[in-house]
Amino acid sequence: MPEPTPEHHLPGAGRTPEDGAIADTGMGGAMDLATAEGETLEKTPGGPQGTGPSEKARSLWSDAWRDLRRNPVFIISGLVILFLVFISLWPGSITWLSPLKCDLAKAQEGSQPGHPFGFDGQGCDVYTRVVYGARTSVTVGVLATLGVALLGSVLGGLAGFFGGAGDSILSRITDIFFAIPVVLGGLVLLSVVTSNTVWPVIGFMVLLGWPQISRIARGSVITVKQNDFVQAARALGATHSRLLLRHIAPNAVAPVIVVATIALGTFISLEATLSYLGVGLKPPTVSWGIDISAASPYIRNAPHALLWPSGALALTVLAFIMLGDAVRDALDPKLR
Amino acid sequence: MASSASAEPILEVNGLVKHYPLTQGILFRKQVGAVKAVDGVDFTLHRGETLGIVGESGCGKSTVAKMLVNLEKPTAGEIRYKGEDVTGLSGKALRAVRRNIQMVFQDPYTSLNPRMTVGDIIGEPYEIHPEVAPKGDRRRKVQDLLDVVGLNPEYINRYPHQFSGGQRQRIGIARGLALRPEVIVADEPVSALDVSVQAQVINLLDRLQSEFDLSYLFIAHDLSIVRHISDRVGVMYLGRIVEIGRDAEIYDHPTHPYTQALLSAVPVPDPEAREHRERIILAGDVPSPTNIPSGCRFRTRCWKARERCELEVPVLAVPAEFRHAAGPAAHDSACHFAEEKQVVPPEETREEPPEEPPDDHTNGGV
Repeated sequence: MPEPTPEHHLPGAGRTPEDGAIADTGMGGAMDLATAEGETLEKTPGGPQGTGPSEKARSLWSDAWRDLRRNPVFIISGLVILFLVFISLWPGSITWLSPLKCDLAKAQEGSQPGHPFGFDGQGCDVYTRVVYGARTSVTVGVLATLGVALLGSVLGGLAGFFGGAGDSILSRITDIFFAIPVVLGGLVLLSVVTSNTVWPVIGFMVLLGWPQISRIARGSVITVKQNDFVQAARALGATHSRLLLRHIAPNAVAPVIVVATIALGTFISLEATLSYLGVGLKPPTVSWGIDISAASPYIRNAPHALLWPSGALALTVLAFIMLGDAVRDALDPKLR
Repeated sequence: MASSASAEPILEVNGLVKHYPLTQGILFRKQVGAVKAVDGVDFTLHRGETLGIVGESGCGKSTVAKMLVNLEKPTAGEIRYKGEDVTGLSGKALRAVRRNIQMVFQDPYTSLNPRMTVGDIIGEPYEIHPEVAPKGDRRRKVQDLLDVVGLNPEYINRYPHQFSGGQRQRIGIARGLALRPEVIVADEPVSALDVSVQAQVINLLDRLQSEFDLSYLFIAHDLSIVRHISDRVGVMYLGRIVEIGRDAEIYDHPTHPYTQALLSAVPVPDPEAREHRERIILAGDVPSPTNIPSGCRFRTRCWKARERCELEVPVLAVPAEFRHAAGPAAHDSACHFAEEKQVVPPEETREEPPEEPPDDHTNGGV
């Protein structure tokens, strides 16, 4: 990656984080009040002065972005996700068959020219189905995760921040939701839905998934809000929104990112479970989940029909977990 | 330490009370008692003066500080800033007062947001109070502040974890100075620091006081540091000030038994004097602030306690025995049986002339 801003990260060029500290301990070691009086000594003498005012002001987000752009983990996972988005939007651009045109005579056959991944139990081309399945699976996974993360962290964060009666009520509501078994809930709620789009499935996942994130966000916010820096901002007269957005959210978001990225994989496989039970998406729709559950009975005869969609699912989940990891690390200045 | 007590009062605290209710029951909460963290504190802070507040942990020092910067609402009492009661203020008027009373926190490791650059931390006061500095000017102001507190202005883009404890506390002080306040409430600003760095920070505070004409309320449990920086000292016990006076009056002529006991615990650098001095060991523990003893709150641990102490609350005033003497023992002390007792070994150097350079007893305190 060509980098237009070389000024800070070149080894040796910038001061290391430690040198300021060394200056300070040096002063302390002297135990001499007379010299301590000349505190200005602590400034690195002869250091390049005057670069300050012209240098651009930096913030957590600009630093995080600068950090991400040079992080190979972020680049790789980003490319994988971009590719997934691309094939979700234009699956026809890298396939030449229809996912619904199947030939039972070729059922469970292995790899052949023109059919690199072989055929599944219905004689459909596995490669085509994996590509076409990305749209449903990625949409369900990403949207359900976003919905859960937003709803959960907003509700949990506000409850943790303000406390009081609202917090107690929300905590009891999350308890109620935790008591609902996911599969049973899906059977009951989704069996009344007739539409064969992804929306009811996503809605159901958000409905049952938010309490988990909400609890984590709430706990994280409660921990962070007790820090003195929040008190300091409050003493300055900061508004609630400033406290939440500038001080609490950046320090409380890490656990939410971790749990949300892991949940993404869970949602994609939950979609498969629901489809298998007949309450999720129904067959003309192509999804990895449907294919995985359809292929699992013949794992001994045609393992490829199971492995390719599972592999795509695993790769997608891995990409999002890596992305979440990279973002979380970039938001922690201590790791820079 | 530039001023005299004759200057005008900038902050007057009258009958300040903070009770935290103790409740029972889940649906129907009923109050079963209260933690009396602060239970009637009065003091006056004059312009340019440093008032030290000492006392052991849990005596309510920090709660007083929080009420002064409006982080806690007092249960009762008033805080007068330049004659105006600020406890009930809100909105614009509160913001104006907040601008003038700033706080320096105890722990420099938790008082700086680890995810903000130093420039953002020190510049945040300007974002909250945009009228203080125009937008284009803020960065330069932040760098000036870094310079003032003895840090390199180039450090503006660094994060707090790249600094040592002493440097972090300087950043905290710079943030406190950003709005050019008149009063700084320092809540144990050096307790979390290495002893060797404590002196540097104390001297910095001292220098800033004369540079910016600041008044300090300096809270600490370290008696020698408080003596070094304060013009006057108040001793707190269980939510109240038990003795208050000029530093020489308190340290060399304490009249309240609690102050005497506290002072007798100060480490003495001279081994000879250490041998001969009397250590006052108090019996028992500090009573719970939920159940404060009747009468004098110190009576349960006092060797002088008699029946009167149980019945009558001693007022914080010059005790009758010293009222007509003009000596150093004639300062406010809340004791029925106040008497002078020398607990700190007399030393010639103890009486500081006003212009004396900082001496070394700040190093002694832990």
